[in-house]
Amino acid sequence: MNDMRVLERAVDNQDLKIAARDVDVYYGTTHAIKSVNVEILDKTVTAFIGPSGCGKSTFLRCLNRMNDTIDICRVTGDILLDNEDIYDAKVDPVQLRAKVGMVFQKPNPFPKSIYDNVAYGPRIHGLSRNKAELDEIVEKSLRRAALWDEAKDRLDQPGTGLSGGQQQRLCIARAVATGPEVLLMDEPCSALDPIATAQVEELIDELRERFSVVIVTHSMQQAARVSQKTAFFHLGELVEYGDTSQIFTNPQDSRTESYITGRIG
Amino acid sequence: MPLLWIVIAVLVLGTIGYVLGRRRAMASAEGDARSLHSLPNYYGLNVLLFAVVPALLVLSVWLLVQPVVIQRQVVNMIPDTAAQSAGELSLVMSDVRRVADGLDRAVELGALSREDARTIRTEFTNVRDRLASIGVALGDEVSSDVLRAAQRYRVLKTTGTIAMDAVVLLLAAIGLGYAYARTHKELRARNVVERAVLSLLILASTIAILTTVGIVLSMIIETRDFFRLYPWQQFFFGTQWIPSFEGGSELGLIPLLWGTIYITFIALVVSVPLGLFSAVYLAEYASSRLRSVAKPMIEILAGIPTIVYGLFALITVGPMLRDYFAQPLGLGTSSASVATAGIVMGIMLIPFVSSLSDDIINAVPQSLRDGSYGLGATKSETVKQVILPAALPGIVGAVLLATSRGIGETMIVVLGAGAAARLSLNPFEAMTTVTVKIVGQLTGDTDFSSPEALVAFALGLTLFAITLGLNVLALFIVRKYREEYE
Ligand SMILES: Nc1ncnc2c1ncn2[C@@H]1O[C@H](COP(=O)(O)OP(=O)(O)OP(=O)(O)O)[C@@H](O)[C@H]1O
Ligand SMILES: [Mg+2]
Repeated sequence: MNDMRVLERAVDNQDLKIAARDVDVYYGTTHAIKSVNVEILDKTVTAFIGPSGCGKSTFLRCLNRMNDTIDICRVTGDILLDNEDIYDAKVDPVQLRAKVGMVFQKPNPFPKSIYDNVAYGPRIHGLSRNKAELDEIVEKSLRRAALWDEAKDRLDQPGTGLSGGQQQRLCIARAVATGPEVLLMDEPCSALDPIATAQVEELIDELRERFSVVIVTHSMQQAARVSQKTAFFHLGELVEYGDTSQIFTNPQDSRTESYITGRIG
Repeated sequence: MPLLWIVIAVLVLGTIGYVLGRRRAMASAEGDARSLHSLPNYYGLNVLLFAVVPALLVLSVWLLVQPVVIQRQVVNMIPDTAAQSAGELSLVMSDVRRVADGLDRAVELGALSREDARTIRTEFTNVRDRLASIGVALGDEVSSDVLRAAQRYRVLKTTGTIAMDAVVLLLAAIGLGYAYARTHKELRARNVVERAVLSLLILASTIAILTTVGIVLSMIIETRDFFRLYPWQQFFFGTQWIPSFEGGSELGLIPLLWGTIYITFIALVVSVPLGLFSAVYLAEYASSRLRSVAKPMIEILAGIPTIVYGLFALITVGPMLRDYFAQPLGLGTSSASVATAGIVMGIMLIPFVSSLSDDIINAVPQSLRDGSYGLGATKSETVKQVILPAALPGIVGAVLLATSRGIGETMIVVLGAGAAARLSLNPFEAMTTVTVKIVGQLTGDTDFSSPEALVAFALGLTLFAITLGLNVLALFIVRKYREEYE
């Protein structure tokens, strides 16, 4: 599509949000992430690209400590969020995940009503003082996820009854409702049609005004369209990281070039 | 030829057929298995099936029909007077069979020649003494009619068996020949075998279903007899259970049903929280190492025979409840009590609840947990708000299954709560349940034409209806749950 848009949207913010230093991840004896260093900026969309199995999801899950829920997974190195080590003993992973929200590859709405799905995070974290405020949060989140018009008449119906694409937007609304500072999205559009994809991309662009977004994607066009920074992973290594425009027009590493021109993957 | 031999003979024929069929198929394909329609084994199995299945089917039908036919023939030889003096035709017939068996045995031991066995007459020989001398005891003097009938019985049986052997073997041979002749590389032997497997499966499930139907029917028939002797209103609404074998019993269901419900209720109060919480712990919190040890440990509880639980109730829980609760609180002095049976039954039910719930909780997709953790929920918030609601229908199903298991329990109740039917709210009083009374009414000398014995069937049917209802409800709920994922 319109790849030229890349050039118009240069990074306009240089504040550091997340810094990863020498991060290694092991699943048992499998070395899934090898000494990755990356700096993710605030109010920026960062895309992770790379062939399947290269560790994009694994690294993404390190950023909000979702890997803690996997028994055999071991993470070493430092990951700093606002200059605080998130793997430090005094950091509460639960609190961290409220700050670093996540949208998964497969839509996973809870078997509850649409309303309760969106209100889940705000209720847990006590973000609203009364029902009216909660209603407002739900409506705002659904609007931002471009789902309000479709869902406003059926808020009390189960979220599992929506179509796959609607479910994914519901999950995005659910993540947004918690008011995160960073939003991690693992292939959020892989189940969506082009129209819903465009809506989600628009949403991502909008979210950038408030927080930083990290998106894993298999679509080069999508990475080019929505992100300002791009990281290319290959076999567990971070091969190249830089401005999206630079990665796509002038890659430094030959592996990056082969991947984006479709020769490895 | 004894039955076993004929079966073996048929099977041997079948095996020969297998080898022949396979070889012929290979020959027709000129030794190249790839040009066969099916794998070579299927051609062998095809011949084997044709040889064995019809022959064995006819054999089993014959075995069922032959005694009936022979009996018809022999009955005619017994004069009505003999039947009347013995009181019942069936008694005479069993005499006939016993004498016939005695003669068989005598021939086998060489005490009588074949010829003699066929021709001896009561007028010339004391058959009873002759048979007694080789160890066949007969109650009465053998009448000449019975002896003649017995001899006829033997003849019919021998000819019948010979005919049966011949027919069965012939059928096996024909089946073998037919299938062998048809064996050719184009034959779809694989499909034939597939159909045979299908019929086997259908047969098995039909037998299972028919057995259930048979059990229910027999219960219904006996229950109908009971309600002929005892008014159903008094059974269903009577509040007294005072059976007396001299007649004039009060056979009210209510006290027994109350005991059943009360004990099961206590059992659920014990087992549901314990079982559910341990399931949640095992599924959500425990490390996989701990889980692999703890889960089998809990399941061992399910393997303990209920009589052992009963003993535990009788010698440990009962006296303990009496000494530490009932007596200090002034609520009774009985060690057999509803609470005793209920608590011990609850312990017995823990593995049912926990094991089923554990499976159900594990079936909740990991993505839902991830979704919840990803929003910053803690484990217990996730369990309470996402996992349990998602697993709830299945858990309800598990609880209902445990309930019907508890309702049907007998041993723990006899030893834990006693056998006194009583309507009371005091959990420290002895009470009893439907199942205990079923056993009670049928042990000892029972006269199956009295309402006191037949009431057991009415009780059984009532129980069956209740547990069936619960199981159907459970299945319904579980099925609904299944639709939600996948
Ligand atoms: N739970 C796990 N247990 C063991 N190994 C895992 C687990 N999850 C991922 N891995 C391994 O880690 C490596 C990286 O996997 P990851 O899911 O991060 O890849 P990915 O880049 O997200 O791939 P895709 O684009 O297909 O989603 C793979 O080799 C994978 O086999
Ligand atoms: Mg992935």
